[in-house]
Amino acid sequence: MANNVFVYCEIEGTKVAEVSQELLTKGRKLANTLGVKLEAVAAGSGITGKVESQILPYGVDRLHIFDAEGLAPYTSRPHTAVLVNLFKQEQPQICLMGADVVGRDLGPRVSSALHSGLTADCTALEIGPHDDKKLGRHYDELLYQIRPAFGGNIVATIVNPENRPQMATVRSGVMKAEILDPDYKGEVIIQDVAKYVPETEYVTRVIERHVQASKNNLKGAPIIVAGGYGVGSREGFTQLYELAKVIHAEVGASRAAVDAGFCDHDLQIGQTGVTVRPKVYIACGISGAIQHVAGMKESGIIISINSDENAPINQIADYVINGTVEEVVPKMIKYYKQNSK
Amino acid sequence: MNLKIVVLAKQVPDTRNVGPDAMTPEGTVNRSALPAIFNPEDLNALEQALRLKDQNPGSTVIVITMGPGRAAEVIREAMYRGADGGYLLTDRAFAGADTLATSYALATAIKHVMPDADLIIGGRQAIDGDTAQVGPQVAEKLGLNQITYTEEVLSCQEGVITVKRHIDGGVETVESPLPCVLTVNGSAAPCRPRNVRRVMKFKRALCPMELPKDTTWADLPYAQDYENRPYLKLGQLTCADVDADLSQCGLAGSPTKVKNVENIVFKAKESKVLTGSDEDVNGLIQELLASHTIG
Repeated sequence: MANNVFVYCEIEGTKVAEVSQELLTKGRKLANTLGVKLEAVAAGSGITGKVESQILPYGVDRLHIFDAEGLAPYTSRPHTAVLVNLFKQEQPQICLMGADVVGRDLGPRVSSALHSGLTADCTALEIGPHDDKKLGRHYDELLYQIRPAFGGNIVATIVNPENRPQMATVRSGVMKAEILDPDYKGEVIIQDVAKYVPETEYVTRVIERHVQASKNNLKGAPIIVAGGYGVGSREGFTQLYELAKVIHAEVGASRAAVDAGFCDHDLQIGQTGVTVRPKVYIACGISGAIQHVAGMKESGIIISINSDENAPINQIADYVINGTVEEVVPKMIKYYKQNSK
Repeated sequence: MNLKIVVLAKQVPDTRNVGPDAMTPEGTVNRSALPAIFNPEDLNALEQALRLKDQNPGSTVIVITMGPGRAAEVIREAMYRGADGGYLLTDRAFAGADTLATSYALATAIKHVMPDADLIIGGRQAIDGDTAQVGPQVAEKLGLNQITYTEEVLSCQEGVITVKRHIDGGVETVESPLPCVLTVNGSAAPCRPRNVRRVMKFKRALCPMELPKDTTWADLPYAQDYENRPYLKLGQLTCADVDADLSQCGLAGSPTKVKNVENIVFKAKESKVLTGSDEDVNGLIQELLASHTIG
């Protein structure tokens, strides 16, 4: 059996999700380390001829296309049937998918059907050896599924020694998408959907659907002003918006600020939110729980404004301003306006 | 129509208050070191179940929770708010379960307790793991359809449920035949508060394993009540009670293993420390502008 690395590509209409391309890049690296092929699965409706160029250049050796009317928009059971039956046939050793609504709906279902282990929201994936001391078994090349856990005080490395595929979900933005070769020659296999998905699986009917393009552009923003619990209130966030407007930044937030109702959920940066890599990250009243840091630690310059000089985020900040948000932010606005003229 | 509804609820350590002894050396959660709460999204799930019961008089809502004896608190709490009863699924054999082994145990218990359930409703995810895996895994194990990220049940009639659910960047409305598994988002309607009369009625409800050691129901204060009011004896199920296959339970039945756990220490950077004074802030802005970092 092939034991290849598989990536499930999420598709909206005919567009392949960024998170899937990020995982293809990661999958390519894992496949290289393991000396196996990278395979991708695309399931949707009217996608043949449209998705190949968005998938193959990331170094995909085999692309399985499942194209049928009932496969879009996504519903749980038909997509589960596609993966479960394909995996029974192909025996992948690793399967990666995005940790968004689709991946988190599909991944557990597939893992349950195949009795394989699944780790959610990984922040790093590596290949390494493992010894099970109790069973006295050695494994050469397992997938290390690394994720912060439990209130963010720890980072856990999870392995699936015995069961295959080793499955992991990863949030959008955690990995980086890189085209390997625009003309990468991969095999495209148009699969007969009826062979994989019995008619009885089409049980959910989508009656109505509204998808809006994201209101913010946090992922691509060069400068981010992010607020935490220390901002204190919804009103406090208006100050951050003002600063962001002046310096052409986007506003983000920590989970604590979102949970406290200071701002909308889609602004959340961190392990269970968006992962960002801006040039400049201005953390306002953010203490710096590991889940938050996981989503912004690769920022170019980190500026922390915090009244607690021992806030963990200060450890990774390039500039630490010991002061309150309400004191410092208006001054930043004022002096930016003064100096940039 | 009369609906039969199972609510899956979990007692979770309050991860917002984590101390240094929160993890065992084996990398599993040291539950005794943390305050235990009703998993927040499971309360949203309970509310959706109770609304369906309100709309369909004669319906039954029972809670199943897996955990140690003290997790029975979740069942009482759900009963205070409107659930009809519940079962504590408890056995040493379930310890150390990952999401797959947990879903196996829950699915097995559902088959035992309410095999003809119309709906199985749980929170989207628990705050101690944030995985959102158990709901779909239970659905698959029972061979049922699933609707995850539920915002609101719009209608449930003639064997079809219509649900508004959250999707990336929007919402969609879907319909599915019953039976079906729903997982409910934290942004769904909050759970109704406790009902005072129900608190009075159920406050002495106990699981057998909550009885003090070497005590029987007859030894308890108000022993008469336990005899005359069967609802005060909460359900309790062990691995053997639900005919669970031991090889699929607990640590042994978990494909995922924790290889290691590290406490996180941030690598300290050389950071420049400033005050909030006008001079310092002005200096910083000038420096950032001069290096074209901003502007």
